Amino acid sequence: MIRQQSGLLAYAFLGLLLFVIFPLTLDPFRLNLMGKYLAFGFVAIGIVLTWGYTGILSLGQGIFFGLGGYMMAMFLKLEASAPELPDFMVWSSVEQLPLWWLPFKSAAATLILIVVLPVVIALPFAFAIFKKRVGGVYFAIVTLSLALTMTVLIVGQQGYTGGANGITDFKTFLGWDILGDRAKLVLYFIEITLLVLAMFLCGFIIRSRLGKILIAIRDREDRVRFSGYDTAAVKAFVFCIAAVLSSIGGALYVLQVGMIAPGVVGVVASVEMVIYAAVGGRLSIPGAVFGAILIGFSKSYLSETFPETWLFFLGAVFILVVLAMPNGLASVADRFMLRLMLRNPPSRKQ
Amino acid sequence: MQVFNGISLFTILLLMALGLAIVFGQMGVINMAHGELMALGAYVTYFTSRFFASHLPGWMDIYLFVAIPLAFGVTFLGGYLLERGFIRWFYNRPLDTLLATWGLSLILQQAYRTFFGAQEVNVPLASWLSGAWNVTENIQLPLNRIFIIGLTAVVAVGVYLLLYKTRWGLAVRSVTQNRAMSEAVGINTARVDAVTFALGSGLAGIAGCAFTMIGSTNPGTGQMYIVDSFIVVVFGGVQSLVGTALSGFTIAQSQTTLEYLMSGSMARVTILLLVIVVLYYRPSGLFSSKVRA
Amino acid sequence: MSKITRRKFMQASGSVAAAGAATTLGLWPMRAFSQETVKLGLLHSLTGTIAIAEASLVEAEKLAIDEINAAGGVMGRQITPVVEDGASDNPVFAEKAKKLLERDQVAAIIGCYTSASRKAVLPVLNRAKGLLYYPTYYEGQEQDKYVIYPSQEATQSVVAAIEWMAKEKGKTFFLVGSDYIYPRTCNKIAKPTIARLGGKVLGEEYAPLGHTEFSSIINKIKAAKPDCIYSTVVGGSNVAFYKQLKAAGLDGTKQVLLSTVVSENEIEGIGKDNAVGYYACMGYFQSIKNPVNEKFVKAFKAKYGQDKVIGDPMQVAYNSVYLWKLAVEKAKSFDPEKVIAASSGLEFDAAEGKIRVHATNHHVWKKVRVGRARADGQFDIVWESPNLIEPNPFPKL
Repeated sequence: MIRQQSGLLAYAFLGLLLFVIFPLTLDPFRLNLMGKYLAFGFVAIGIVLTWGYTGILSLGQGIFFGLGGYMMAMFLKLEASAPELPDFMVWSSVEQLPLWWLPFKSAAATLILIVVLPVVIALPFAFAIFKKRVGGVYFAIVTLSLALTMTVLIVGQQGYTGGANGITDFKTFLGWDILGDRAKLVLYFIEITLLVLAMFLCGFIIRSRLGKILIAIRDREDRVRFSGYDTAAVKAFVFCIAAVLSSIGGALYVLQVGMIAPGVVGVVASVEMVIYAAVGGRLSIPGAVFGAILIGFSKSYLSETFPETWLFFLGAVFILVVLAMPNGLASVADRFMLRLMLRNPPSRKQ
Repeated sequence: MQVFNGISLFTILLLMALGLAIVFGQMGVINMAHGELMALGAYVTYFTSRFFASHLPGWMDIYLFVAIPLAFGVTFLGGYLLERGFIRWFYNRPLDTLLATWGLSLILQQAYRTFFGAQEVNVPLASWLSGAWNVTENIQLPLNRIFIIGLTAVVAVGVYLLLYKTRWGLAVRSVTQNRAMSEAVGINTARVDAVTFALGSGLAGIAGCAFTMIGSTNPGTGQMYIVDSFIVVVFGGVQSLVGTALSGFTIAQSQTTLEYLMSGSMARVTILLLVIVVLYYRPSGLFSSKVRA
Repeated sequence: MSKITRRKFMQASGSVAAAGAATTLGLWPMRAFSQETVKLGLLHSLTGTIAIAEASLVEAEKLAIDEINAAGGVMGRQITPVVEDGASDNPVFAEKAKKLLERDQVAAIIGCYTSASRKAVLPVLNRAKGLLYYPTYYEGQEQDKYVIYPSQEATQSVVAAIEWMAKEKGKTFFLVGSDYIYPRTCNKIAKPTIARLGGKVLGEEYAPLGHTEFSSIINKIKAAKPDCIYSTVVGGSNVAFYKQLKAAGLDGTKQVLLSTVVSENEIEGIGKDNAVGYYACMGYFQSIKNPVNEKFVKAFKAKYGQDKVIGDPMQVAYNSVYLWKLAVEKAKSFDPEKVIAASSGLEFDAAEGKIRVHATNHHVWKKVRVGRARADGQFDIVWESPNLIEPNPFPKL
């Protein structure tokens, strides 16, 4: 009851914040940064679903974030450098566009691949690995090593991926200048609309019968299995949803930031993404988005204010959140709501 | 020669992973700040060498024998305080530990940067450790590597004896297997936890000290080693120290062999993928003996 | 609150941090004190993996700013440095550059170390028409309208270094580098140069960035027995590389090794005795003997401590501030377009000797030198290019 009320309130508040308050009060620079933080919100929602509700902790969400990001960047880069080869290929003496770059000449193919490719990769991987009952810490470390593998691969194959430089310097999306302030505003609204859709989708999953099964899997997987459910398939499904969300987030990140770098794929970025969800509350979808906004904002703000010592504060924030608020900001909001309702009781209730 | 390189890398991986194997394997604590404890050990070594250079220049050659126990002692103490004041609040929430210790690792890195400077520091190598042992014309075995191999052997045997031949080791193992039962038979589990964690940290300190001989000492040193350490421990099967050793050996030998055959980046990618494939077939590690839910 | 008290408050708080906080919160209008001072952005990694090399550049830049302020500022205005942390993360560099240009309205940015961070900043500069001085040697292949490159691009050091080695030390080479763009480009320049001189490349190896295990590469080197090793290993890897080379018996007395990235700063971390006898090719060495350098070294040590050493990028960072000042004074304007136009052909009597900004390509004419590391961590300069070398960022190979 309380949970639901505060949940609704959180949604309402978040909606107000995203659609009204931010666009009205933030200047283009801050709003663009907000767009960057919100791209991580997609990942965080996925983590709520996989970690909070299903108990799968992936420390490799950066892989899918990077996948989506790189796909979008490849498309934009091809558009920016057409008809010639992307500049980094020229430096690395790659003379012909590699075959696997070809689909990204088309915007439609790129957009489809951003959604489909994560599934194609995540589904067999997750299904196989959950079938083998690799779970908990092992799964976390496997995904962590995958994130590391992907970083090393990207940095090592610079003729094809841009290497440590990443892919940068693009200007237009299908001829539309994406760097101007107006374009950024449009992109921001596209992003938050998609974000709200993602939140509804996940909210729907959680409230459905499937959601109950997820929680049951998290709490006692063997019992669910004994009841005749194919838990590996269910887990793989949820993992795929999180992967797709991350990929979409990555693609939007590239549009907002104007570049992609191997750093967002790596271990540090992947762990940070989990922290976004943890700060917001791993059981709360709006909480995850709040977490992404809050940590993103703190990072920018603290490093601007204390460029030489900001990591002290950021580290302290992480510890404090985990120590004092095991269920993140959402639990604090819940408690607050509870107190509010106790103070002016039954008359409000039917 | 390649074989020697493999063995050398193996001892380095083992030294890195031993502390983690105890903290993570025996206690189930995912300590992301473990790498920073290694860095602490490295900095202790650095300051010891500085102290010798300025106060006891004549004894410079043996400063390492002071630095090793000192690095162990300082990180042991650090680990003890860390467990009492921090880690023990997270015992029932293993994944939260991961996040909290991540925050801790950020703070520690920044602390090293603020107090010791962002630049690398140089830890001098004792003169008797530089140079190589010329076995034949073409085969030269670097002395510092031989020293690390020896050090690792001593540390590994020490840990083995401690865990399997002492009463305290028995207590540690029993707490790992069944906490409630151990408490019931009168083991002070809280103290066992603290000392176990401290021991794991102390081993990280020794590792950090040894790495000053071959690598760079800077505020970010710890992060370079932490993921590899986790991979070694998990690959070997979390609860088995022997598994950790064998896994370190397997990874080291394959890595040196592959590095000789292909580029460094590709060798690393191949190794990581191999680890993942093996974990797929042996979900609880290559050398785990028992299967538990 | 009048303008004066606001400014006084700023000075009293005395820190860039407070100014940053204030503008961030939007409490003060952005150009509140732009009449008396001019802001200069200093954008480097103060945290993260690259901080090892990059953090010290800020010190050199601040020294130059202090000196200029003490001498009356630029066109009568005091310079206020605004320090930002790029956190060794390319997108963060872009974010901070944007912040510096749009919110702080800095007149120019001195910043970046890795090419990756510079590439990330370029689109921001072009959008906001902001000016960047990039104080690090790099691989070339670039000439941006809004960037001045006061350090040596690859051909300036690589060609000189290879020619020197081939002439003095031998014609067979082994190329070792970290696996990213700078080493690969340098080697792309090195290989035809070696071929032109009748030399031979016996091997080319790359280690992943941050790698600390060089035994396999060293084995390959030992098997190949080259006359010279040309190294472009960067960062913390160097410490491992040099220590392991020495342990493997390939120390500076037995093996010729030349690096275009190891300056005095790196030697501090590598260890003086591990680097003894190896060579480096740089524009600047702390041991250069001329009055300007003596004054520079003295001022730096007085400000930051007697045990500090100064490497090539730090000196260039220091030069960058002066190059900007001179260009502003020549242009009589802080407008980036005019400053860039005025930079063309600008000469500066730097600690490394005279440098001259190229008429068209934004790089600088400069001398390069080969130094041999001594036991005290300094370099004996064994060769110096007779003339200023023309920058050629887009070499035809």
